Amino acid sequence: MNTFSKRSYVIIGFFVLVGLVFIAGLFRLQVLDPTYKVFATNNVLRDVVQYPARGLIFDRNGKLLVHNKPAYDLLVTPREVEAFDTLYLCNLLEISKTDLEERMKTAREYSAFRPSIIVKQIPPETYAVLQERLYRFKGFHTQSRTLREYNYPVAAHVLGYVGEVNPSDLERDRYYRQGDYIGVSGIEKTYEEWLRGEKGMKKFLVDVHNRIQGSFLGGMEDVPAQIGHNLVSSIDIDLQLYAEELLQNKRGSVVAIEPSTGEILALATAPTYDPGMLVGRVRGANYAQLLADTLNPLFNRALMAEYPPGSTFKVLNVLAAMEEQTINLNTRFSCAGRASTPIRCTHDHYSPLGLIDAIKESCNPFLWNTFRSIFSKYPTSAGGYDVWREHVLNFGIGQKLNIDIPGELPGSLPEASYYNRIYGTGRWNALTVRSLAIGQGELGVTPIQLANYCAAVANRGYYLTPHVVKEIEDGGIPNRLKTRNFVGVSEEHFEPVIEGMQRAVEQTNTAYLSRIPGIAMCGKTGTAENPHGSDHSVFMAFAPRENPQIAISVYIESGVWGARFAAPIASLLVEKYLNDSISTERKWIETRMLDANLLNPIQPK
Amino acid sequence: MAKRNSLWANIDWLTVFIYLVLVFLGWINIYAAVYDADHHSIFDVSQRYGKQMVWIGAALLIAFVILLIETNFYVFFAWFFYGAVIFLLIMVLFFGTTVNNSKSWLTIGSFAIQPAEFGKFTTALVLAKYMSTFGFKLKRFKSLLTIGVIIFLPVLLILLQNDMGSALVYFSFILVLYREGLSGVVLFFITLIVLLFVFSLVLPEVTFFILLAVIALVVFLILNPGMKHFFRVVLFFAAALALFAGLGFFIKAGLKPEHILAGMLMLGGIAAWVYSLRKKLKSYSMIALVFIGAVLFSVTVDYTFDNVLSSYQQARINELLGIESDPLGVGYNVNQSKIAIGSGGMWGKGFLNGTQTKFNFVPAQSTDFIFCTVGEEWGFAGTFVVVLLFVLLFVRLVLLAERQRSGFSRIYGYSAAVVLFFHFAVNIGMTIGLMPVIGIPLPFFSYGGSSLWSFTILLFIFLRLDASRLDYLSQ
Repeated sequence: MNTFSKRSYVIIGFFVLVGLVFIAGLFRLQVLDPTYKVFATNNVLRDVVQYPARGLIFDRNGKLLVHNKPAYDLLVTPREVEAFDTLYLCNLLEISKTDLEERMKTAREYSAFRPSIIVKQIPPETYAVLQERLYRFKGFHTQSRTLREYNYPVAAHVLGYVGEVNPSDLERDRYYRQGDYIGVSGIEKTYEEWLRGEKGMKKFLVDVHNRIQGSFLGGMEDVPAQIGHNLVSSIDIDLQLYAEELLQNKRGSVVAIEPSTGEILALATAPTYDPGMLVGRVRGANYAQLLADTLNPLFNRALMAEYPPGSTFKVLNVLAAMEEQTINLNTRFSCAGRASTPIRCTHDHYSPLGLIDAIKESCNPFLWNTFRSIFSKYPTSAGGYDVWREHVLNFGIGQKLNIDIPGELPGSLPEASYYNRIYGTGRWNALTVRSLAIGQGELGVTPIQLANYCAAVANRGYYLTPHVVKEIEDGGIPNRLKTRNFVGVSEEHFEPVIEGMQRAVEQTNTAYLSRIPGIAMCGKTGTAENPHGSDHSVFMAFAPRENPQIAISVYIESGVWGARFAAPIASLLVEKYLNDSISTERKWIETRMLDANLLNPIQPK
Repeated sequence: MAKRNSLWANIDWLTVFIYLVLVFLGWINIYAAVYDADHHSIFDVSQRYGKQMVWIGAALLIAFVILLIETNFYVFFAWFFYGAVIFLLIMVLFFGTTVNNSKSWLTIGSFAIQPAEFGKFTTALVLAKYMSTFGFKLKRFKSLLTIGVIIFLPVLLILLQNDMGSALVYFSFILVLYREGLSGVVLFFITLIVLLFVFSLVLPEVTFFILLAVIALVVFLILNPGMKHFFRVVLFFAAALALFAGLGFFIKAGLKPEHILAGMLMLGGIAAWVYSLRKKLKSYSMIALVFIGAVLFSVTVDYTFDNVLSSYQQARINELLGIESDPLGVGYNVNQSKIAIGSGGMWGKGFLNGTQTKFNFVPAQSTDFIFCTVGEEWGFAGTFVVVLLFVLLFVRLVLLAERQRSGFSRIYGYSAAVVLFFHFAVNIGMTIGLMPVIGIPLPFFSYGGSSLWSFTILLFIFLRLDASRLDYLSQ
């Protein structure tokens, strides 16, 4: 059995060799290498993180929207604390004595030797006073941070806010350390990696009492912080301000898009809040207050509210039927007004009428016949429904658009199986789902989807995924935001429909509030049925007709008809954007819209 | 009863002495690592040094009991112990507690054990029993297969717990197999694979392939097959290169230079192999085969590294190999550990005077990084003594193993030596930056009951076997 016993020498040799390698390595590290000699005098190294300033955010015209202001954290190292004027410190920092004691206790429990933050985000004014007296408070020191500051009290939902990282962020990305800030919503979240910059690190020699003795190796190993990249938002801040002003005292939303690029010009939701509320030490309290608000200002209606599109949807139904060649410019359907079946028509107009005037007059029977014609083309109702549904999906309705800020909902557009489940397979047809012909029923469309669909009409057949960031310093927006999404309807079908939309604004009595002198605006009003109260007022439009600059959707909850609130508000915004100001003869409309209070209609006079 | 007297006389007291010194040194360093002027009672069981004291007491008791038990017990119940640990390892997968990303703890009430720790001595027992069976021949395929299963079953289960460090320990048994007659060629190939692994990650692919080709040609020339053959083989490679370069030119499907090179080397290598087979040049065909294997292996390594290893494993290997340096992230542990050890200087800062290891600068300083405290407070003098003690222990164990008369005792002795050695080498290598950060404890030093007990059991079973080495004759 001992044939291999000589191998024991090989193994012993190996063990000894490894031991020698270790001893040589340790000798080099401990005795020869001078780098670590500095530490022989009981000095330790303290890494002080250098926080970079976050990137700035500008609007499309170069106006500064978001910048940084300095703030300071007060830290304490419990071992070094000597008796101090507690009352003075409490008064200066506006905290109670028990609160201070509680925080000191927490810090002591964490570590007696290592500093922990005791008061966060002290404003510069307080800091100036504190800094002069700090020598009297042994064991306390400060570190500088930056906080966001907003130049305009609007666009809170677009810009988003910044908060402390949570455990799952820490888990996901090793860049973050406890107490770091991270974009929590809006642009701040989506473009976090551009905005945050790169943290740096300064190395200091610290003695056993944690006092800084100087920089390590003359700062040779310091890593400077790199400031974040600046962003140019596609938002036009003046338009955004005006939109939020017009939405005051109402529930609803405005989304305006530049059709040729998909850039969002304004995205407003109401009720809303001032983004400055969620910054600094007041953030926690303000957030709780916003959360408790029954008007729900944290809810971003523009991306998350799903309403039936109402008559604005008729444009899409007509386009789908033209593409399916089940109607054309010669098609006429008669309308019996209030006596029409299965859907009555509340609008007075001549009969029979063609598709241009059907859109102008928003004729329900015409749309019912149009809708049915698509179904009739296919052998089964479910088959026809699927074809129709595909057209709707192509316009970006019923699915997320994947815009560049988080929170968007898909809306709703049921599949044929949904009706199969309710009515039984083969036991439903166009008549059963007729509400869809006029944009009611099971449809749910978010305001951004409506604006995007309007942009697709303005572009005569395609849209670009809407987005709120236009340029990134040293980078670019992703290609997916620059490619055209075609909706699958031939370009020639759009002209007659657009003609109908222009007539709807310019030739109907209901729309007289929304006519803008000198601007060819094409639009469509709608009324979204609301089972909980007054119907919602809906309007979509784009202008000018040729080479459109803006496509807009406006929803005003409980605004009753499209023409009453949504259309005038949209027209004011379009006028503001294209002409920079509101013409004097339309000032009264502006006043009327600003004054309207739909939140609390019964106002003591 | 006469045996009992001979038992105490036959125990290798030198090993016991080294063991006791190491355990004691471990304990005072744990005390120093967690020392806090506010809680300085040595017996405070709420502190780690207090708990470690309790565990040391229990370990000594366990050692004593092990010495009292008859040697046949370990031989007889080897498979039973092995089975029990396998069962526990499976239980851990379902009911385990996750600590530091590894689901390796089994918690019963306030008591937690790490079954992977105990797998080490049970695997050693079973290996020893299987390999000392009458008529056992290592070179048989069936033998190698069985040994493979015995070792890799626990490895697999431990890998499933995501405990890379503990799983790697089992590879140390290869040294035992080597002692028992495994061909030295296997060790050579393992070394080769490690080197290829490192170089294929460190060097750019193109450089690596060129280097590989040059080495192959040099070896080829040294063996001197005659210039005729040499030129022909060079011709094969040239033809393969032309083929792939042409292919790259025509299909334009984004064939990168490294793809063309890899293809050329593969094809040229195969051609050279076939050629040498036909010309009956046996040793050259071997070179060609090794060469083909090396190319294949490096391609696989790159692929595996990018697609199979998790990001933190990649980062740790990158850090070690110096591919990416990130002293604040992954390199943090090692950097802080080196600073701590380096700051100790020749004679250290003195007991309880360490600063680096006190303020939590070094993570896991009482467990995997306990050696830092030694380095900081006792300096090179201290680390030298500790390394010396460990090496002495390992050499002593090998010598003890060699004096055994039963195969079982010898194989078990070697197993104990190599398992302890592997922990020592990886742990200290890690703290001084010569190995990647693999979280395994330093035997007898690191804080923790499971590891201390498992090392104690591992060692003392062998001491028990050794104490009755003379009985084997009389049986």
